[in-house]
Amino acid sequence: MNDLASLIPYFNTRHPALARYIVLALILAAPLLAISVGPAWVRILDFALLYVMLAIGLNLVVGFAGLLDMGYIAFYAVGAYTWAFLASPHFGLHLPFWIVLPAGAAFAALAGVILGFPVLRLRGDYLAIVTLGFGEIVRIFMNNLNHPINITNGPQGINMLDSLVIFGFDVSKRIRIGEDFSIHPLLVYYYVFLCFVVLSVLLVQRLQVSRIGRAWAAIRDDDLAAKAVGINLRNLKLMAFAMGATFGGVAGGLFGAFQGFVSPESFSLMESITVLAMVVFGGMGNIAGVIVGALVLSWLPEALRSYAIPMQSALFGKVLLDPEILRMLVHAMALILMMMLRPAGLIPAHSRYSRPELLGVKAAESDVKSGGAA
Amino acid sequence: METLLQQIINGLVVGSMYALVALGYTMVYGILGLINFAHGDVLMVGALIALQAISFAQHTWPNLGALPTLAFGMAVSIPAAMLVGYVMERAAYRRLRNAPRLAPLITAIGVSFLLQTAAMIIWGRNYYSFPQLISTTPLQLIDGVFITPVQIVIVISSGLLMLALTLLVNKTRIGRAMRATAENHRIAALMGVNANGIIALTFVIGSALAAVAGVMIASNYGIAHSTMGTIPGLKAFTAAVLGGIGNLAGAMLGGIVLGLVESIGAGYIEQFSFGFFNSSYQDIFAFVILGAVLIFRPTGLLGERVADRA
Repeated sequence: MNDLASLIPYFNTRHPALARYIVLALILAAPLLAISVGPAWVRILDFALLYVMLAIGLNLVVGFAGLLDMGYIAFYAVGAYTWAFLASPHFGLHLPFWIVLPAGAAFAALAGVILGFPVLRLRGDYLAIVTLGFGEIVRIFMNNLNHPINITNGPQGINMLDSLVIFGFDVSKRIRIGEDFSIHPLLVYYYVFLCFVVLSVLLVQRLQVSRIGRAWAAIRDDDLAAKAVGINLRNLKLMAFAMGATFGGVAGGLFGAFQGFVSPESFSLMESITVLAMVVFGGMGNIAGVIVGALVLSWLPEALRSYAIPMQSALFGKVLLDPEILRMLVHAMALILMMMLRPAGLIPAHSRYSRPELLGVKAAESDVKSGGAA
Repeated sequence: METLLQQIINGLVVGSMYALVALGYTMVYGILGLINFAHGDVLMVGALIALQAISFAQHTWPNLGALPTLAFGMAVSIPAAMLVGYVMERAAYRRLRNAPRLAPLITAIGVSFLLQTAAMIIWGRNYYSFPQLISTTPLQLIDGVFITPVQIVIVISSGLLMLALTLLVNKTRIGRAMRATAENHRIAALMGVNANGIIALTFVIGSALAAVAGVMIASNYGIAHSTMGTIPGLKAFTAAVLGGIGNLAGAMLGGIVLGLVESIGAGYIEQFSFGFFNSSYQDIFAFVILGAVLIFRPTGLLGERVADRA
């Protein structure tokens, strides 16, 4: 929260408390502002929050532990498919939220460990390619496990997933208060997702400065040295994979419930790269940075879509760049330009838990500035 | 028996295409220690530009004949792919040569995405049918074993290209400079080698090979589209790792072995898994092999380098 507040340029230095309230107010009021423009924008916000969760989870693996995971979306898929298996007419199961979501998280964590074991010895770019392969394998299975026994229903995916029901309260239904006042379900989803995001942020923040988080930072900065001071590389790397995957699994479950439909198409390599772009853009290892990265990169293409498409048809008489291409373009440019111009990301991580070599010369001075940063 | 022979032939064809692409990965890795993630997309660019040039030629000179048309397509697409390779190195990778190790990789992913996006902007997301200028009518070798003329051309021309590359690297002055740069580009520069030029040249040669492979893949399957580079790119990378990354002979061997394993595996998987898996799981082989090689023999079949050097 403090980090987000520090983004507001003027108030941050003069009135830090006020800046914090502004951020808080913005977060709470965002969907209300958005719905005045149109429900589609609330939907975008809801998805943005899911991406925030994904980015937080991937950041745990990439930013904290320095393990470049390019198959991260597989865990999202595991979460979503768990929801689809346990809470849809597909197998006729309709288990409650309190079972399904933890189950999704657990399966995702298990998948994380399964991925983690073989790649323990790999570093850097090899790790990236193998995890990418893992993501593809999961997708191939999702696409093909409709034969000989129909498990995933193949490329068609599974639909009519149960919606989110918490304490007997169905999030996807309009809430009616009195005669003519009702709350749009998309708004309710926003606040539900927001709760999950806040929980994740709190969890990850504590995790980062805990013994485990510090060990991850040590592994990331130099795994040989980390090993030399007695850090158990195997357990900690597995833990990073499993914990990162858990966030993916929870986000996946929420995605399934929100969307009401899952298919392998939602979990392509492109999605993994999208989440990676968010983490890199925002600043690897910095929670606030990653949140901002996810919000900006999920909002920007949509904003471009609503302005660039009419503009193109006005200028050229036809749509040259369709929305999907715009999205890819934004993410590709985010990756390339960030690495060239600002490799530590939009909001670089605090030096104490970050990689000094990314910050370059600035490392020394920011070290002084942010003494007890967290 | 016929099935096995047929799968071996298919494997050789696919494998020689993988080998050509793998050479590009392995040359760049050998010199810079960088996995050029965008290499597969250079292949796609090569194929699509060749397609464009071929349809242009077919419209302008309808009487040119199949082979000159194909040659014209290649003559346009290879320099274009070389240009893409050069620009990629010059604009993106050169600035990051001394950056921390994740930065070039993330950039490479971005470049790969950018190339795909550019292709989508130019050519859209359609699947184009690629003119099969060399006949695809199967010839019967022995009972029940077929090979198409285009496949014969693929195997022979990739063999020739690999031979040419080997000669270039081992027998010429440029080749010596390349080997020196791969050893250590700073020291090579001190010895009077134009290291930057050699690195750029490596990208250019790799891209040319990728363009050839792109045209081969497109001719073999008769299809070209803007994301056709991703999977062959990954598989070629697997081939490079399997053979020992940084090692030219290894990339060739790895490509052929991967092609064989894949097509034989796809041919028999249904039989051996009692119908549970079928040939749509073909793509899994490459990834499983990649994982297994990196875990059990990270230096690859012929490799000298240690995998986690990256």
